[in-house]
Amino acid sequence: MSIHVRNISKRFGAFTALDDVSLEVESGSLTALLGPSGSGKSTLLRIIAGLETPDSGIVEISGEDATDLRPQKRNVGFVFQHYAAFKHMTVRDNVGFGLAIRKRPKVEIRERVDRLLELVQLQDFGHRYPAQLSGGQRQRMALARALAPEPRVLLLDEPFGALDARVRAELREWLRRLHDEVHVTTIFVTHDQAEAMDVAGQIAVMNHARVEQVGTPAELYEEPATAFVMRFVGEANEVGDRLVRPHDLELSQVPLARGVEALVDRVVRLGFEVRVELTTADGAPLLAQLSRDAVAGLELEQGQIVWVAPTASREFASAG
Amino acid sequence: MRRLGLRSIALLYLAAILVGPLAIVFYRTFENGVGDAWSALSSPDALHAFTLTLIIAAIAVPLNTVFGILCALAIVRRRFRGKGILNAFIDLPLALSPVVVGLSLFLLYGRTGWLGGWLERHDLQVLFALPAMVIATVFVSLPFVAREVVPTLREIGDEQEQAARTLGASGWQTFWRITLPAIRWAVIYGVVLTTARCLGEYGAVAVVSGRIQGQTETATLRVEERYDSFDLAGAYAISIVLALIAIAVLLAMTAIRPREASA
Repeated sequence: MSIHVRNISKRFGAFTALDDVSLEVESGSLTALLGPSGSGKSTLLRIIAGLETPDSGIVEISGEDATDLRPQKRNVGFVFQHYAAFKHMTVRDNVGFGLAIRKRPKVEIRERVDRLLELVQLQDFGHRYPAQLSGGQRQRMALARALAPEPRVLLLDEPFGALDARVRAELREWLRRLHDEVHVTTIFVTHDQAEAMDVAGQIAVMNHARVEQVGTPAELYEEPATAFVMRFVGEANEVGDRLVRPHDLELSQVPLARGVEALVDRVVRLGFEVRVELTTADGAPLLAQLSRDAVAGLELEQGQIVWVAPTASREFASAG
Repeated sequence: MRRLGLRSIALLYLAAILVGPLAIVFYRTFENGVGDAWSALSSPDALHAFTLTLIIAAIAVPLNTVFGILCALAIVRRRFRGKGILNAFIDLPLALSPVVVGLSLFLLYGRTGWLGGWLERHDLQVLFALPAMVIATVFVSLPFVAREVVPTLREIGDEQEQAARTLGASGWQTFWRITLPAIRWAVIYGVVLTTARCLGEYGAVAVVSGRIQGQTETATLRVEERYDSFDLAGAYAISIVLALIAIAVLLAMTAIRPREASA
């Protein structure tokens, strides 16, 4: 089911959370809302779910105007960062809650809960309480609970934010596979660009209450529309009034055309990737990413003066 | 050593202030055997006093439970003008002397009071009757449920409620299936405190009841009345029953507490 957000604005007192935001999400897609904290991404998600009311603008879910629909009538699945598990209910009752509310027959509820617990690999935990589960298991339970009433869209608010790095990576992979299986239109909010690029087919980058750019991970990286996107999606150096990716810097012991001299502060060898931290003659810090082979020929050492030149760079109208 | 010293001070203080006087009451009651105490408790006026106390509690406790939960929900979950004032006013009965409460009811419902004339024209007896006694008791026992539920509501947050809404639950269903189970121990604890306050109320009820024996005399009022009539055995016997109820309430609270902590 597609989601169309048109000209949404929302203020909390003096703070502008969303400023005339529009977004289109295609049916069956997996979209990330990516941005720093306070950029408005969670507010946008909560407005789509009906948990917040926009000051102006329209939310359409599969072509219907849902702006004034209460959350319980929108048929969306919502997953919270801190799980929002019903603590006084077993895992089974948590997952079956949406169906019990809809007064579905007991047999049907039991079968559907069984299927979902299997899908999230919690089939042996049905009679436990949320307090007896790990964070990753609780979040999988919350996902099964959100999917149980067969929602038109699945919304996830920083779903992996409270988990440790290993479980995060596991759940990321698992969300992608789940989406391949269930095909429900999914939007998830994250501030982690690697997570967004890993999981999502489409990313909307948000900053200061606005959407800066919408595109595939490759489009955002290769064709950033603004300086903010270039800096936020991947790393970027400032060279004069232009931005350069760290891997678009060439290093040399001999003078380079359009090059500047710089001091090598540190050489970090991360296996295949080698990160070189430099300071130019006018004091600006630079980061260069080279392959192991490229560095081997250079004989780089801390304290050395080398020549640095960009092989590709971008200029933006306003270096915001 | 230091901890032992603190503990002894605390225990000595409790013994001097609470346990000692209570023990004397027990001793005096049964000084001349159980017979006196029993006849003092089984007289029609005494039985009526206990029944009246229970009736008042049976009306005031449910009223204040519902009101307390509503107030707590409004204070924690809603944003509205005058919330600070509501929050402050809930504590008023704790700060105000019950005698002042009684007096204000007197001024409101009395023959020359604001509502007195209207009530008299419609032949409604409020003062010196059950209604005024219930109103006075409701007033003094107002804050307990709200004060217990507010911190619990804050602690559980509203994410579970939001999750229930997105899963299709109405506001009413969310309250019964999610909010109420989550705050149940706080509600029970508040009800226990409210009940204790209702059974023990003296000052406000003393002012508005008129203290008519066998009609508007509650258990606490009867203790005073027996004492004034030099029937010490009777006063002690009723006091004992009230003290036993208080102890039972305290035990109930300690029984609830550990479960609350582990929930």
